[in-house]
This record gives sequence, C-alpha cells and structure tokens, in this order.
Amino acid sequence: MRYLPHTQEDIKEMLSVIGVDTVEALFDAIPASCRTTKPMNLPAAMSEWDLNAHMDALAATMASSREYRVFIGAGSYNHYIPSSVPYLLSRSEFATAYTPYQPEISQGTLQGIYEFQTLVTRLLGMEVATASHYDGATGLSEALLMAVRKTKKKKVAVSALCHPFHREVLRTYLGPAGVEIVELPYGQDGRTDLAALEALDDVAAVAVQSPNFFGVVEHLNEFSDAIHAKKGLMIASFTEAIAWGLLKTPGSQGVDIVAGDGQSLGIPKAFGGPGLGLLASTKALMRQLPGRLVGTTTDLDGKRGFVLTLAAREQHIRREKATSNICSNNGLCAMNAAMYMASLGGSGFKRLAQINHNKAEYLKRQLMAAGVEIPFASPTFNEFVAKFPQGFESTYDRLLSSMVVAGLPLGRFYPELEGYYLLCVTETLSKTDMDQLVKEVTE
Amino acid sequence: MSGYSQGESGLILNEPLLWEKGKKGRCGFSLPACDVDEVCFDEALAGDGPDFPDLSEVEVVRHYTRLSTWNFGVDTGMYPLGSCTMKYNPKVNERQAGLTGFADAHPLLPEARTQGALKLMYDLEQFLKELTGMAAVTLQPAAGAHGELTGILMMYAYHKKRGEIRTKMLVPDTAHGTNPASGALCGYTPVPVPVSEEGIMRVEDVRERMDEETAGIMVTNPNTLGLFEKNIRDICAIVHEKGGLVYGDGANLNAVMGYVKMGEIGVDVMHFNLHKTFSTPHGGGGPGSGPVAVNDILAPFLPVPRVEKERDRYRLVTTYPDSIGRMMTFYGHFGILVRAYSYILSMGGEGLKEASAHAVLNANYIKERLKDTFHLAYDQTCMHECVFSDANQEEFGVTTLDIAKRLIDYGFHPPTIYFPLVVHGALMIEPTETETKEDIDHFINTLKVIAREAKESPELLKNAPIRSKVRRLDETAAARKPCLSG
Amino acid sequence: MKEISQLVLPEDVKYATGHEWAREDGDEVLIGLADYAQDQLGDIVFVELPQVGDSFDKGEEFGTVESVKAVSELYMPLGGEVVAVNEVLEDDPGLVNSDPYGQGWLIRIKPANLSELEGLLDKSAYQDLLNG
Repeated sequence: MRYLPHTQEDIKEMLSVIGVDTVEALFDAIPASCRTTKPMNLPAAMSEWDLNAHMDALAATMASSREYRVFIGAGSYNHYIPSSVPYLLSRSEFATAYTPYQPEISQGTLQGIYEFQTLVTRLLGMEVATASHYDGATGLSEALLMAVRKTKKKKVAVSALCHPFHREVLRTYLGPAGVEIVELPYGQDGRTDLAALEALDDVAAVAVQSPNFFGVVEHLNEFSDAIHAKKGLMIASFTEAIAWGLLKTPGSQGVDIVAGDGQSLGIPKAFGGPGLGLLASTKALMRQLPGRLVGTTTDLDGKRGFVLTLAAREQHIRREKATSNICSNNGLCAMNAAMYMASLGGSGFKRLAQINHNKAEYLKRQLMAAGVEIPFASPTFNEFVAKFPQGFESTYDRLLSSMVVAGLPLGRFYPELEGYYLLCVTETLSKTDMDQLVKEVTE
Repeated sequence: MSGYSQGESGLILNEPLLWEKGKKGRCGFSLPACDVDEVCFDEALAGDGPDFPDLSEVEVVRHYTRLSTWNFGVDTGMYPLGSCTMKYNPKVNERQAGLTGFADAHPLLPEARTQGALKLMYDLEQFLKELTGMAAVTLQPAAGAHGELTGILMMYAYHKKRGEIRTKMLVPDTAHGTNPASGALCGYTPVPVPVSEEGIMRVEDVRERMDEETAGIMVTNPNTLGLFEKNIRDICAIVHEKGGLVYGDGANLNAVMGYVKMGEIGVDVMHFNLHKTFSTPHGGGGPGSGPVAVNDILAPFLPVPRVEKERDRYRLVTTYPDSIGRMMTFYGHFGILVRAYSYILSMGGEGLKEASAHAVLNANYIKERLKDTFHLAYDQTCMHECVFSDANQEEFGVTTLDIAKRLIDYGFHPPTIYFPLVVHGALMIEPTETETKEDIDHFINTLKVIAREAKESPELLKNAPIRSKVRRLDETAAARKPCLSG
Repeated sequence: MKEISQLVLPEDVKYATGHEWAREDGDEVLIGLADYAQDQLGDIVFVELPQVGDSFDKGEEFGTVESVKAVSELYMPLGGEVVAVNEVLEDDPGLVNSDPYGQGWLIRIKPANLSELEGLLDKSAYQDLLNG
C-alpha cells in the first residue's frame, strides 16, 4: 500500500527493539473478550486508476452548475470562483496543517485568519469576528445561546423568514437547553412582522435574516430598536454574503451579533458543505463568542506576530463552562473566503453585487411583464418569489430534461405558498438563460 | 547525533498585511460584463460597500504563497501531534472532491439529479457501520465536537422518550475538553471518573458514581494516554444496568480498526473524526467531519435527513418522528465525505487494519526507544500514542514547552503538550502509520539530542525556536489587550 | 513559581481556603486574591467582576480570573453586597499579579454579617493550609 512505508525488514527491526515477535502481539493489550472475531466486510483496495473511474461515474450523475442552468439559491449560491483561489488553497502548507497550537510555525494560517477576521468585520460593519464556525445555521444557534447566557432570559424570537433549515437546527440546539423559540410571522410585504416582536416580553434576542429567505431586504434597524427597548440582543443572519456589497451593514443598524453563511465567498457548493459560518459581534460581547480568535502580538525580538487568543473561553480550558463545545472549525474555508475577498477587493465586491442585482431585477421584470405574479413588492437582492401558472410542474420537469432547474418550490417550506417558487440569479447566468426561462414559463 | 538537522536558516520572506498592499482601482477578479440594464438599488437600504483593499491577481497570489511558507503541515514533515492523527493526506482524494459533479452540485437539486452523491453517502455509511459493528450512521456532523453534541442530544432524547430527565454524565479525567462542554449543552453536569495507577478507569470507580440520575458515560478508547480501557465491557454493563448509555469518542479509532468493533463491546453511540482516522486534511483547524454511529435503540433518534435506498434509487428522508432534528443546514461536510470514501476504497478493509497495526507498532517503538530518556507516565504496551513528561528534565529548569519549541528548530512539529491533564507536563506523541522508520528514528534521535542539550546547555531550549519565522510570542500581551482585527 | 516561604502573607487580612483574602475597612470589607493564587495562575489577562449592587452569600461565585491558559472562579470569603469594584483592573489586570493586596484588590463589600470574618484563616492557619 503506497501510504504505508514499512518493509518487512523495518517491521522486524522495530519488533526486536520492542521485544515482541509479531505486530499482533502488541494487540494483546486488548482483552480477548473485546477483540472482534468477525472479518471486516469492506471492499478490497482499488488502484488509483480504478478508483478514479469509479468516482468519475458517480460524479457524472450529478447536475453540476457547469452544465445545468440552476435558478436556485436558498442558502447555496453559484458564484464564479477565480482559478487562483483553489490553486492557492491547495498549498499543502495550509491544507495539511492543524490548528495553530504552535504559533512560531503557523504564522501563515494565523496571519491569514487574522486578515479573514478583519475582512469579515469590514464586510459586516462589526467590531469582532471569529475565526469561523461550521455554517450559518450552527453559527446562528451559537449566537442565540450567547444571548441567552448574556441576558439570562430563556426566550428568543426568530423570524419565520430565517432559512427554514436554520430554524430546524435552532430547534435541535435550543430545545434541550430549555430555550423557548417564538416564531415571528411575515407580512404581505414579504418582511418579518415587527409588531409581533413588540408584543413579546422577556426575550433574550431576536434573530432576523436579511436578505431573508424570500430575498427581501429587512429593516434591521427597526428590529434593533425594538429589541433593545426590551433589553434583548439583536441578531442578524444571512445566507448570501455578496449582498453586503450593496446593503447597509448590520453593524450600522444596531445589530449586536451577526451569524451568516460565507459559502458565497468563493467556496464550492459541494452538495451543501463544507461551507463557512461567519460569526461577528460588538466588542462588548467579545468574551461571550464561541470558537477561536486570532490576535496580534510581538515576539521576543519585538517582531509582529499572531497567536490564538482569549482561549480561556474555550472547551480545552474551561471544559463544561466553555462558551461552546467547538474545537475544529472551518479554517480552510475561512482562508478560501479571505482569498476570494482579497481577489475581488472593495471595488470589485461592490460591482459584483451590483451585477447580481441587475440580473435578478431583469428576470423579475421580464416575468412580471409576461404576467407572472411577484407576490412581494419589497426590494430584494438576487433572489425573489414568483407564482408560476397552474400545471407548471410538467414545465418544470421538461426544463429539467433540457438542463434548466427552474427555481425551488416553496410549498414544502411554507404550505400557504404552494405553487410559488424561489428564484435566484447570480452573475453566472446570462440574459439568454433568463429569456429562455421566461419563454418556457409563460408559454 | 547521527544524521542531520532538518531545520536550517534559509530565506524567509516578509509579507505585509493585505490592507498594507494594493491600490484603489485594482482588481484580481475577472468581473463579467453585464448583459442587462443597470438597476439602482433602493437608496434607503443601500450602503457603501466593504472597505477592502484592491489588489491585482499577482499580489494576491504572492501574498498567500509567502504566507504558506511560514506554515508547517504534514506534507512538510513529521507531525506527531497526539490525539490528532496527523497521517498523510492522499492527493487522489483531492481530485475526487474537486470533480465538477461533486464540487459544483447544488444541495437542493431534484433527487433524480443527485444520485451519485447520495449513493456515495449511503455506501460510506455502510462502511462505517461495518468498521464499528453499529446499526446506523449519520454523516451530518461537521466535526468531532459536533458529532459529540449530536450523540449526546440523541442520548437526551432517548431518556426523555422514556420519561426521564437525567442530569449527570460520567467523564473520565483523561477526556478531551469537548466531552464535558458537549454534555453541558444538554444540561449534564460532568462527574469525573479518576484514572487508576494503570492509566485506565476502574470498574469500582464507575460503579460508585453511576446512578439513575446519570445519563451515561463518555469513553475515549483507547484513551488519551494511548491505553486500551480493558474494563470497558464491565463498565458498559454497569452503565446499562442503571439505564444509562455509553458514548464512544472515536478520536482514537486509528488504533483499533479491524481489531475492535465498538458496537460489540457495549458502546451505544460513537463519533468518527474523518479528518483523523480517514486521512482528510486538517486544513489549519478544519473543516473536519464527525459522523455518528448508533446501535438499534438509538437509531430512531438520528438527525434528519437520512439517506435511504429503495431498490436502486437513493432518497433523502425526513419522516422520523423521534429524530433529534437537523444538525446543519444541509447534509454535512460532503466534500470531506468524498475524501474519506476515496480513502477507504484506496485502502480496502485489509489496508485499514494494517494501518492500525503500523500505527500501534510505531508508537510502541518510540515508547521503547525513548523511555530511558524521558519519563514515561505509564510503562506498558501502548496503542497508537504514548505519553511522556518532563519529569527527568525538571532539575535542569527545562519544561515540556521548551522541549517542544526546540523540536521546531530541528524541523519537527512538536507533539501535543500539557494534555492529557492527568500527566503533569505531558508530551503526547502519535506518530501515525504513514511515517517511515528513517523519519521515526530521526525524530527519536533528535529528542535524545534535545534531552542532552537540556542537561548541558538548557538556554538552547529556553531560547528556542530561533529558526522559525518568529520567535516565542507574547501571549499575555495578546490576551490583555486583544487586537483581533486591523 | 514561588516557594511557600517566598509568598507575601500580610497579617492584616484573613484568608479563605479558596485563596481569596478579606480585609476589614470601617464597616466595609475589601476582597482580593492571595499571592499564592496569583502566582499559581501566572500572568492574569482578564478579571471578570460583578456589578455594584449585586449581593452574594458566603462561598458563592462572584467572578473569574483568567490567565493565558487557565481560568479560576472567585468565591466570596463572606457574604454581602458589592459597593465597589476595582475598575482599574479592566485596563490593567496585571495589578493582581504585581500588587495582590494593594492596587490589585477585587471588590469592596458591605458584609451581611461581619462575624463571618472570624471564621476565616489568619496568617499562620493559612500558612499551615499551604504547607499541607
């Protein structure tokens, strides 16, 4: 086996140093009653050549966004990834290192993550960002747990327009912790109902997604004012990070904690993961944040360097009293996002967001002109809801066979929206793609 | 010393921070032309856009290339970080994860268009079941600690379903910090179980502590001293007798593949660290992947969605009334699952067993050759790792930290230090199966040289490292005045 | 780390078994961390203190001290209401290391029952505790 270097001679020499005759004898440390007697029924080793053929065949069954026109976002977005980014990311000094416990030989990772934290604070207008979390849903769960710890209140309000899967994860995380989740309904404008929050008492926090699951931009500042009046914390979430190229930052709208998905920042969709959880807060909440943080310092010669810091919050020191159980995060995905943000730059980021907006608005307007109902009139970013004509299911299937995925049916998530679809357009779809969709839908 | 030092002073290039470079107006990205009309965004909602530096592609490429040269990875050299299983990360696995069909697949595509990914997940679940003798697997958890949380949530749901709220969890002194922290999220107060003179848990100690208010026990086996918990069967029986469940932390599974099936010895639920045992890259701290396997009684509580097979079709199923729910937005770290699947197929069943055999051989070889130099906390046959301490060097005023830093100068990544907590000044060495005998010998000889230096010229250790990009860093200053962004 | 004989142990304070000290000051009591504890923890990087007006019983946790690689809870040597906290520590937590009985004090309380002070250890009893 090419990954196992020992020759028979090596093994013999090592055994003689240890003073046993066989490798099997080392396993005598395990009582016989614990040893398995059954053979492992696993496939025999494959050659690299056969393995590649096998994997190619599996991958070939997938509707990749390179061949298909996929009009779905809903938490995973198809953006163009510059060739330089995966190339740099494959530097094995980054990929094959572990957590930078030895900072003197991990300055590459540490400076890279420090830069990532900085870019995230600038993107979101926040004061502190962590070195990453698993994804938006788990980050949002941690954000709500932070608020519960900080305010010592056991009730949270969550918008019905937070991603449905995020809300499911919240229920998994918060249920056993005894936290009550109150869902805020949405109004006819496709925005979260502020009055429903105002009617609540004793809430630790409110979580509002913007752009929300319908693509609609929320008035985060109004929710901040309302929750602060109740001495609770304002939490903003998002799934489409590119939106912040055009929108007012959460930080400028009084938000205390931001939890979002960073997959849009140059990370492959990869059938849902690994993505990237972004978690940021005000400085006042810094010591409540879960997970790793990188900070600057100096070495013995006074030279600038970077270390993991504020570790006393974490499980390896504080154990059951830690701010979270997280250990491994999504570090390489954070590097990936930083490389992507650096490649775009501030000017490029803004322009890319504008192109996304232009395209989605084009499709929205063409559909409206063709008589398709757009139920929510509020401003959206690169996603919006449309009601397709009766009997559209067969059109959907026909489009699928011609390699077009015509949006995400919403009835599964919101029963009252049976027949409505969530459509997403990014810079990767052309006018021709959109014109074709409009033509097919309205034919 | 025979041989050579791998650490030599060479050309180390400086590189400023991203925003100390660049000029407004540059762009390292091929922005597409816009083939539709410009539409102004609603002014009341619009912001200024992020204050990022503008850089050309070359600047970005050089920046990260230079940064990478300040890092040490498994591809750089031996990385014997105990309990982290820093084995070689095969390159063919990267190819598979990068295939367009996988990398470029949206998670919400119609099922008929994702059969390959679902089949891969289904088959990987079967492999992990077979390796452990468990009944069912979820691939959803994002990392080991996330797997622990998933497992404990299932234990909690199981007790709740039986009308019981239990409040305590037995956790051995040798456990990773994630164990008590994961338990705390379900309100479990950890009850420590001490380690015996033999370095393992005693049956009596578990019997004394286990009661009907205790949800169960979290066991890492082999434990973090690298020792097999020989009493595991009896311990499991006691816990089960009191209605509790046994959680197996799979961090050290690399020691026993093909030798022990956790499902056969009484473990009810366990997690895997695909980034340890199954060779996926650690990525400077992630992404990992922490699938969880359960026996029959816990299977109804697994997270949704679950992958199921009906004739030759694969489906994602969510209709399990007792499920704890969803643990992540989508289906877990699929890209990592692809790599682990590729690894298992490359190794085959026999290859995995051989990997465990060689991992154990290497650790025992190191233990045997160094035990006259460094104090060995528990002198007995170890599994895949061995734990020394700085007790022999204490008289020279040299600590574990100094030894670790000196190893850097010689071109090795240091072992895990100061863990497990039960060994004062621990040096926890896990060589893994992928190191050659020459490299292992070189590592051993280097540690012997360092032990001699500790005696003869301890300042060499106190001042180490001197050949790295930076010297020892002031962690106190970093924590007193945190500067977390620029 | 210091030998027991090197520790500074003033006579004018009483010690708790958790290594906090208490010093009577008029009808109030000043509370801090003993030399032994600060020395064991090493460089202190952060002190988390309660708010003025909070009340705690004897033995209740009132805050934490953090060093780079350890964290330790602080327990009330006697019960009472917090009337002042040492705000200087926010910017300069190292004072707990450099001047544990002076500028590095933690909180000032109005004791609920001053006689609880009598139950604490004097210098020689505390020394015995340290010597085990």
